[in-house]
Order: sequence, then structure tokens, then C-alpha cells
Amino acid sequence: MASEGEKKAVFDAESVVKELRDSFAAGTTKSYKWRSSQLNAMLKMMEENEPLIVAALRDDLSKPELESSIYEIAMVKSSCRMALKKMKQWMMPEKAKTSLITFPSSAEIVPEPLGVVLVISAWNYPFLLSLDPVVGAIAAGNAVVLKPSEISPATSSLLARLAADYLDHSCIKVIEGAVPETAALLEQKWDKILYTGNGRIARTVMAAAAKHLTPVVLELGGKCPVIVDSDINLQVATRRIIAGKWGCNNGQACVSPDYIITPKNYAQKLIDSLKCELERFYGKNPLESKDLSRIVNSSHFARLSKLLDEDKVSSKIIHGGERDKANLKIAPTILLDVPQDSLIMTEEIFGPLLPIILVDKVEDSFDVINSSGTRPLAAYLFTNDKKLKKKFIATVSAGGLVVNDTTVHLAEPALPFGGVGDSGTGAYHGKFSFDTFSHKKAVLCRGFAGDAFVRYPPYSRGKIRLLKALFDGNFLGIIRALVGWSNSKS
Amino acid sequence: MLPLQTSKTIASMEESIAELRETFRTGTTKSVSWRKKQLRALLDLVNENEDSIFHALDQDLGKSRVESYRDEIGIIKKSASYSLSCLDKWMAPKKGDLPLLFFPAKAEVMPEPLGVVLIFSSWNFPITVALDPLIGAISAGNTVLLKPSELAPACMSFLTQTIPRYLDNKAIKVIGGGADVGKRLLELKWDKIFFTGSPRVGRLVLTAAAKYLTPVTLELGGKCPAIVDNTLSNPSKAKVTAKRIVGGKWGPCTGQACIAIDYVLVEEKLASTLIETVKKYIKIFYGDNLKELKSISRIVNQQQFQRLVNLLKDPHVAASVVYGGSVDEEKLVIEPTILLDPPLDSEIMNEEIFGPLLPIITLKNIEESIEFINSKPNPLVIYAFTENETFKKRILSETSSGSVTFNDSMVQFICESLPFGGVGQSGFGRYHGKYSFDTFSHEKSVLHRAFYPELEPRYPPWTNFKLAFLRLAYALDYFGLILLMSGFRKS
Repeated sequence: MASEGEKKAVFDAESVVKELRDSFAAGTTKSYKWRSSQLNAMLKMMEENEPLIVAALRDDLSKPELESSIYEIAMVKSSCRMALKKMKQWMMPEKAKTSLITFPSSAEIVPEPLGVVLVISAWNYPFLLSLDPVVGAIAAGNAVVLKPSEISPATSSLLARLAADYLDHSCIKVIEGAVPETAALLEQKWDKILYTGNGRIARTVMAAAAKHLTPVVLELGGKCPVIVDSDINLQVATRRIIAGKWGCNNGQACVSPDYIITPKNYAQKLIDSLKCELERFYGKNPLESKDLSRIVNSSHFARLSKLLDEDKVSSKIIHGGERDKANLKIAPTILLDVPQDSLIMTEEIFGPLLPIILVDKVEDSFDVINSSGTRPLAAYLFTNDKKLKKKFIATVSAGGLVVNDTTVHLAEPALPFGGVGDSGTGAYHGKFSFDTFSHKKAVLCRGFAGDAFVRYPPYSRGKIRLLKALFDGNFLGIIRALVGWSNSKS
Repeated sequence: MLPLQTSKTIASMEESIAELRETFRTGTTKSVSWRKKQLRALLDLVNENEDSIFHALDQDLGKSRVESYRDEIGIIKKSASYSLSCLDKWMAPKKGDLPLLFFPAKAEVMPEPLGVVLIFSSWNFPITVALDPLIGAISAGNTVLLKPSELAPACMSFLTQTIPRYLDNKAIKVIGGGADVGKRLLELKWDKIFFTGSPRVGRLVLTAAAKYLTPVTLELGGKCPAIVDNTLSNPSKAKVTAKRIVGGKWGPCTGQACIAIDYVLVEEKLASTLIETVKKYIKIFYGDNLKELKSISRIVNQQQFQRLVNLLKDPHVAASVVYGGSVDEEKLVIEPTILLDPPLDSEIMNEEIFGPLLPIITLKNIEESIEFINSKPNPLVIYAFTENETFKKRILSETSSGSVTFNDSMVQFICESLPFGGVGQSGFGRYHGKYSFDTFSHEKSVLHRAFYPELEPRYPPWTNFKLAFLRLAYALDYFGLILLMSGFRKS
């Protein structure tokens, strides 16, 4: 492998893009055959290398094998399989209705690839968030550059190696590196950029894209709230909250429950249930549990420690709080009633700390969420109250909502996955991935017959009358206008 | 715009936006009745002020009443009526199919408004390009600030004075002023920006939007080519082709339209037929005397006029003029002009013309038109006059453009079922019909789950059994799951 210095010297973003543009122009990526060959190669790549992928994820994140196999690898496999199954259908033109005005004509909407696209992925699900968008880009017929995150270096270099071995490298490239390489890539002209990560870098990506008028999809994050009503199956709700929080990369996931809102008089029950299930899942010494990811690196460890050490917050810890700096572990930690203006309540936590905010009655939760001024990627509600569900859906704006569960909507390809406002723009998964990497070209086909003289000058009052009637789709008006027209002519 | 008025405008800008935010927060704009009321009011606005609109368009662009109705008033009326009739359907959540694994569960996608949106419109279709996006923004339940182009001042004035009389002032505002107002607006936070205009300003809008991660739709332009093949050999088809080319070049605002035909590609041997037929219809439609041109708009202002005149200054370009070329600086009129094979490296063949100059480029073989078009940035539209199905297929699969229209020009604009927008340098995002509603909406996914049944394998502590279970579950291998659960399959 080339050393850092050599890597920098040899990386020429311009020629990478040029090579892909030439491949795209040659039409290589457009054929169904090529697209399905690449998706099949990707499936094979995963089938033949699962232990290596699991090992890389363990290196980067101490990710438990189950999370790696299921939430990373199995998810990408599902995406590939779905694309392989549905691609022919997705690639077909869609008929569109035509109206009287353009009669006779036929219209359709034809999907075409955008061209050469850039996927920049994140460190927390480094395998999934790299390949899932790439599946969409390939299915839609594009050439792709993937830039995995340098904060998950083992996965990044494995991806580079596997892609070179299994995929068509004249059309699909993995570029490793950090800030200089990403900056060099962002200077180039892309036909689309899909970025997964944080709001700060997203602004840089979008500003760079602006220079080339490149459209972007930004998959960001936010503070995903969970509202817990009383009178529910508490054990099931608690388990689902734990699974979505600590079961997802130990809280380091864009859709992890960030904080809970619950009525005052229910809080103790909820806390007791959480403690009980946490112990059932992770044992009495969660720092030693193999079923929890670690904190990705020391700078995130320091960031999370800072959140816990803030004066007005440290006294609010009611469970957990243990840390192992050497091994980058923080135990599942619950905090009760932290101040709204504390750091832990203003920043996205992205870690194993779960604040619980108390309200008088559960309906007050909506104000808490909406008063934050930002819209999260996801919001969750546990309740059996139909009216509350309706109000939740109508008033809480987020990328996606789930009632009586957490995070599982990610696995449902029928639902578009993406944010709104600060949590991002654009969506993907399932057919939405295909659509996001396509241009839907409108095609109108007319014949030479049926030439409406009324379109052409010289213009006259009669023509205006007829045009008006045509636009209104008003048959009687059309006849009247035609008759009136011929009257005025005589 | 007087400086005093502009600074007053900028000062009240932030108040206006705060009011729009507050109105949105109250939820007023979300109700279907509010949206329909606004759309009806917009229809009333157009119906009751037709004469004023005709007058303003005549002042700004010399547009005739027919052109104004066809390209502006008629379009808005149709769009508002269509939205009114479809709104309930558009607002309804869309159900999603869930696999058995999720049972019992319900998935749906709910459209919701983005919030406070900013619309910049252009000067060439100053009513349509202002009000059509407005219709979309209102249908989707947003509050809106509309900034019409100051280069069409009579229309801008009409909009700033008339909209407040018909629409809900607390939710829909119009702001006048020049580039400085536009600049200031871009420094503020919006939930969406919809921009129609040039790529140069498009970049500025997108760069400003990046600061707030604001989603943007850019409706730009490009050099829209018209390919003409040997249908020209058929006299009656040649006539229709010529009429549609003339109508598609000089009909919309004398070529100052993003979807106007920019240049034509034709085989050498058919060039003279094309030129003669096009000349014939220019004379019938508009006349052949610069002083007596009728049924055609004028150039919007001195700056655009000079720009177009300069395109003809290059001696090689001037030498290629085969019809027209005269200009009237006082009236800002340039007569319909045809050029035959101007040099390919001249400005007129590399910049979007946006005016009444029509280069005709000859090729040995019409199939070369595909390569020619691909050597330039993606245009908003490709027009092709051909009945050859193979050639049509090639054009569709080997070129990229916002849209393609076969055997006609311009009319794709009024098809509500077709998305209208560009790709690459011609922009991104789209609107018209339901696409307008979608472009101003956030599609929120909603998943309803029940407390039962519970899938134990979801939860730690992890075991091989749970891993095997989940593997099968994710592959939707129900049979395998049954085997695993009943012990017939090892974990």
C-alpha cells in the first residue's frame, strides 16, 4: 500500500473523473447487463468476504458481529437483491397523460442516468452507508466514485481492495483519504453528490457543488426524540428503545433515539424498565459486554465526556456513567431532567447517553420538539392513544416517523429515507435510490397532423377566444369560438 | 428603484420573513381550505385583471395579447384550476407495501409543507414564472416570499400591488427591488428556494443556500437544439415543421425563452428547403419589414439588445446571415434573423442566444446531430422533427436533456403530467402539475407498528441462533425461518 506522502502525490482527482466520464460517454454503464453484472458482483463480494468485513468493522468500531452481519452486510445484500429484481421495471418509461391541447400526442417520462456521481460516506455504518448509495447509483446506470470515511480506516481500505477485485474499476472507483483527498474530489464537476455525515461538512459539500450547479442529497442527523406515553406495553417499548439506541452502534447512528420525553408521573416506571432490560441485554458490567460497539475514537470519547461533565448535567446521571478511556467505552447512561440549554440537549449526542425530559402531560412533548427549531431525521412515539398518534403525525416534522418502535423504518425500502431542514435533503432506499440517481426526462411525441392554426400569428381576437376555450378544456366554448371566429371572418 | 425605497424594502424584509415564519408556525397554511381559498383568489386575480396584465406585458416586452394569453395568463389559469381539482388527492398520504416480516404494520408517505419558501422569477415570462411556482408553493401549504425580476418592472409593479389585494398577506408576500434586494434575501434562512434564471445567478443562489443547507430548484436554460431530418422532403410536413420551428423560436418572447429553439441542425442537402420555408413563415407570421413587424415581442432592455447585437459583430458571423439582421435600437427590436453555418467557435454558437437569431448548422448526415449536441452542455429541451423510430430511440438514449419533444416545439410546457426541469447545466428539480406540489413538499415517511408480535432475536445478548434468524429474516426467507424455528435448520 502506498504511504501517505505517495498517496497524496499520486491522487489526481481530475484524471479519475475524466476516466469515469469517458466510460460513461462510451455507454458502458447504461446497459441493463452491466448494471446487473455489477450488482451480482457486489453480492458475490459480500458472500465471499463476510468474515473480513466483520473483522474490519470490529477494528474500526468494536461492532458486535450481529450488528455487522445484519445492519451492515444483510442490508446491502437486500438492496442489491431488490435492485436486481426490480431494475428492469424501474428502467422502463412511465406513460404520462396528455390533454386536449396537445392532441394528438403521446407522452412519457424516461429515466436516464445522471452521469458521474460522488458518494461520500460516514464512519458509523461505514460499509452500509458506502455501498447502499452505490447500489442506487449503479442501478440507475451511473459511474461512481465512493469516498469512504477515514475515521473508519479498516473498512475504508477493505472497500478499496474489494471494489478493485470485484467491480468494474473503469466505472466504479473507491478513493481513500482524508480532508485533502475529499477537497480535491469536491473541486471536480459531478452530476450528483450524495453525502452522509454532519451539517458542518454538508455545508462545505453543498458550497462546492454550487460552483458546478451539482444537485446534492444530504443525509444528516439531528436529535431524534422518543415520546413515551403511559398505558403501553412498557417492556416491549423499552426493549425497542434500547435496541434503537445502544443496539445501533451504541447510539452512534443518525436515527438512534437521542432523548426521551415522558410525563412526570410515568418516568420512574420507564426508568426502572430501562434499567431492567439494559441489564438483561448487556449484563451487570456493560463495559465488558461484547454486544456493544465502542466509541469510535478518542476525540468523540472526549466530546461525549464533555457532555456528561457539564456542571448542570453531571448530577443528573441516574444510571451508568462509567467510562473506560483506554478502551474507548462508555456504559449505557441515563440522565433525568437535564436543563434544556445544556450541551447534551442542544447538540446531537451520537453516543450512549440518554437524557429523559419530563413534561406534565404527554401532549406537551410536541412543543418541546417543535421549540428546538430544527427538524430531526426521525421521531418516535410509543402510545396506544389513536388521537395522540394522529396529532404526532400531523404536528411533528421530521425525515421519518415511527409509532411504537424505533429505527426499523430504515429497513423498509417502500419508505423514502432522508431528512428535512437541518437533517438533510433528498431521500433514498429501494426505488428512491434509483430515482435519486436518475434524471426523469419528459418526452412528448407529436405527429404532423392536427396543427392548430390558432397557435400562429397573425394574431386576432378570434384566436384569443379560441385559445381561451382550448385552455379551459371547454368544448362548448371551443365550438362557439370556432363559429364566432368564422362569423367574424365573413 | 430609488435608493430610499430599496433601503425601506430591505428594512421591512426581515419583519416580513418573521411574519411568514410565525404564520407557518400557527398552521394556517396547512389546511386544505386555506390552500384552496388562495388558489381561487389567484384565479380571481388573473380573471379580474387581464387587461392590466396585458398592458404590463406589453410595456415590459411588447408582448401581444395572444402571446400573453397563450404563454402567461392561460397557463396560470390552467395551472391554478388543475391544482384546485387535484389538491385533495395530492395531499393524501400514499400507502407503502410492507413485507410480511413487519406484520402487523402500516407504512405511508405523508407530504408536508417545507415551511417558508423564496421564489425568484425571471423577466421573460414575468407572470408565469412568478405565479406558477407560487401555485405549487401554496398547494403544498407553505408561506411564500416572491421576488419578481426588476427587469420587467411593469409586471413587478403589477404583482407587488395586486397580490396583496387578493391573497393572504400574512402568508404570501411580494417584494420589489433590484439585485441588492435579491442579494439580501439570499443571506437569510429559507426552507426552500425556487429560482428561474441564468446559470451564473443560479450558482450564486446555490452557494448562498449552502450556508443553511436549503434545498433548491434551479430552472435554468441552455442551447435548445432542433434536429430536422428528411421529413423536410415531404412538402406538407416541411410546412408544418417550419411553422413549428418559427413558432418555437420567435413565438415565445422573440426567442428570449429557456425553451425557445436556440439553433437548428439539418442535413446539408435539405438546408435550403428549410431556410426557404422558414423565411416564408416568418413573413406570414411577423411581416418582412423591420419597421412594421407585428405579433412579436421586443428585446427586454438595452443591455440584452447590445448583447445580441454584439453576437452579430464577429465578421464571420455577420457573413453567415442569410435573412434579417436589421435592428432598431430605439424600439429595441431585432428582426427575425437566420444564419447559415456561423463558425462553431463563435460566441453565438457557445452562449445561449436568448433572442431572435437562429443559426442553422448543416451536417453531412443527420445522425451526427447526436454527437454535436453531446459536445455541448445538457440543454433544457431537445426538439427533433423526425418520424424515424430508430433515430428517435437513439436521440432518447444517447443524449441527455431536461426533456425531449418530437415533431413540435414549446407545447410540452403546457402538459401538466410532464415534469418540467433541466439536468446538468440546465438546472435540477422540476415542476408543473403535481411536480410543483412535490417540489415544495417534504415527503415524510411514517411507520406504524404494533406491540405484538415481538421478535426476540432483535435483542441482545446475541447468539448464533439470533444471527441465523435475522439473516433469514432480512432475506425475507420465510420458509427458511420456519425451518429454523422448528429445529430443522441448524443455527
